Amino acid sequence: MTTYIFKRLAVLIPVLLGMTIIVFSIIHAIPGDPADTILGEKATEQSKQALRDQLGLDKPWLQQYFSYLGELLSGDLGNSIRTRAPISEEIVPYLAATFELTMASMLFAVFFGVNAGIISAWRHNSWFDYICMLIALLGVSMPVFWLGLMEQWIFANELHWLPSSGRMNARDPMEAVTGFYVFDAIIQGQFAQLWTVCKHLVLPAIALGTIPMAVIARMTRSSMLEVMQLDYVRTARAKGLSQFAVVYRHALKNSFIPVLTVIGIQTGALLGGAVLTETIFAWPGVGRYIFEAISNRDYPVIQSGILIVAVIFVLINLLVDLLYVVFDPRIQYK
Amino acid sequence: MSDAFLKAEIRPSSDMMERKAQPGPWREAIRSFGRNKTAVVGLCLVLFFALLALVAPLIMPYDYKAQVLTDRLKPPSGDHWFGTDDLGRDIFSRVIYGARISLLVGLLSVAGSIVIGTLLGIIAGFYGKWVDMLISRVFDILLAFPGILLAIAIVAILGPSLQNALYAIAIVNVPTYGRLVRSRVLSLRQEEFITAARALGANDGRILFKHILPNSLTPIIVQGTLGVATAIIEAAGLGFLGLGAQPPDPEWGKMLSDSRQFIQTAPWTVIFPGLCILLTSLGFNLMGDGLRDTFDPKMKGR
Repeated sequence: MTTYIFKRLAVLIPVLLGMTIIVFSIIHAIPGDPADTILGEKATEQSKQALRDQLGLDKPWLQQYFSYLGELLSGDLGNSIRTRAPISEEIVPYLAATFELTMASMLFAVFFGVNAGIISAWRHNSWFDYICMLIALLGVSMPVFWLGLMEQWIFANELHWLPSSGRMNARDPMEAVTGFYVFDAIIQGQFAQLWTVCKHLVLPAIALGTIPMAVIARMTRSSMLEVMQLDYVRTARAKGLSQFAVVYRHALKNSFIPVLTVIGIQTGALLGGAVLTETIFAWPGVGRYIFEAISNRDYPVIQSGILIVAVIFVLINLLVDLLYVVFDPRIQYK
Repeated sequence: MSDAFLKAEIRPSSDMMERKAQPGPWREAIRSFGRNKTAVVGLCLVLFFALLALVAPLIMPYDYKAQVLTDRLKPPSGDHWFGTDDLGRDIFSRVIYGARISLLVGLLSVAGSIVIGTLLGIIAGFYGKWVDMLISRVFDILLAFPGILLAIAIVAILGPSLQNALYAIAIVNVPTYGRLVRSRVLSLRQEEFITAARALGANDGRILFKHILPNSLTPIIVQGTLGVATAIIEAAGLGFLGLGAQPPDPEWGKMLSDSRQFIQTAPWTVIFPGLCILLTSLGFNLMGDGLRDTFDPKMKGR
């Protein structure tokens, strides 16, 4: 297992290097002089030169790339052009916000997706099955941003059940300890605040979680349908186990590998979908951070933001690969 | 005379009977597709939007650009079926014209990804060794980014426009087709009919394009159909972020972001463009699922 982890990490190195090359090229692929694009045509030659010096744009490419790589390895993600703050510090609260949203969405997606899939397979060809699969089909084709807008309109603007945007009421700011507001509220024993935080999470989490929920439900259903026909399931039934025990304890375990793969892929996709969801719900996460950087032409932030999200994406995929062993001991890594 | 007439009537039908007894693979596929109700619904949705896109200029009741400021944010009525937006433009006309943009971007970007992906996949799978190494690593790296984020990065480089959004979506999806074709080529290369073709003196080009490519077509078609749905949503997403189509183009995603501030007073400005994105991508998804069932009966009902 340990050797497998090391081998798997070794394979990651060329991928990570390739990612840094792509991210590094973002600023160099801008047509014309990047200093012109970032500062605008009207900027003085002096300020343009200062920017070129700051970003090292005058040096040869190769030298620039290696110094960029060196900075990355020492944990320096560069400075934002707009705020001048180091990105490695500035990005932390945004990352926490995105993690909180992604985890809430994934909890929603896994809970409803897996259970809908199981019950659909269990009650194959029933009305419940048909309705679930119809919802799953609509979910797969759903544009996240439109779903978010519709939720806002119905549940926030018309029914006033839930807040329409943000992580917290503006006049009741949260004291950040971990940056995860749910945990922060629990640690500080602020249960009124916890309730507000959770209410803020509901709409964006459902919007972001709908596509993964649909994909997970479909995969669980098809995987369960396959397993439910196997002999050992019949044996479990024959020895008098309740239907619930057969489905949840015996069948689910063996149909979970493909579901796990899908969950991993979808968690990564969530990080991308977060850009749109965060824009709609004014959620101060990484997606919004990157998006605002694009509007401000703050290229160092665009580069580092994208790199960080991509690295997280890669790590999630690694984690999923490792989790396979937990769910299926037959898979051996040599 | 009546005898001869009868015979003439009977002959073609008996011909058809014989043909029915031995249906070709394509005919069989079409029939199997036709039996799949959801797939047919998908095909109808796609054809409906394709038709709308084709005849858009003929059936648009108003010019999609025409601003009538006295008619701002009018609810749906006999004059304006889907209401008007904040500049008094007819939403029905804009939505129909938007079908053109979305379908064009969806189809062209997928076509681009398929052409580049297939070429790279064939080269990687057929020549192997360091070429395969190199191309596969590039695919790995591209797949290491969440799709929409990479597209955003590419548009950030090229500058926001519909054309650049199309390029970005095409590039992002290249590895999907590349890997698919590569794995097909790898398995087909071992087949006996390839050895036979080589024994007959066929060169690499002939083997690749006459034998391997035609045998890799069905998974590409299935993936491509599902890919159009994704591409349409991605294009709308970029448009929504202001990184795709620019005004006054009535791109569906752009229409959503332009109108979202009026959602409380004029929800129709947001409902209809969004429904169109949903239905078109639903159409392509249903069709793609149906095609997969048709070409790969093992996957039926999954």
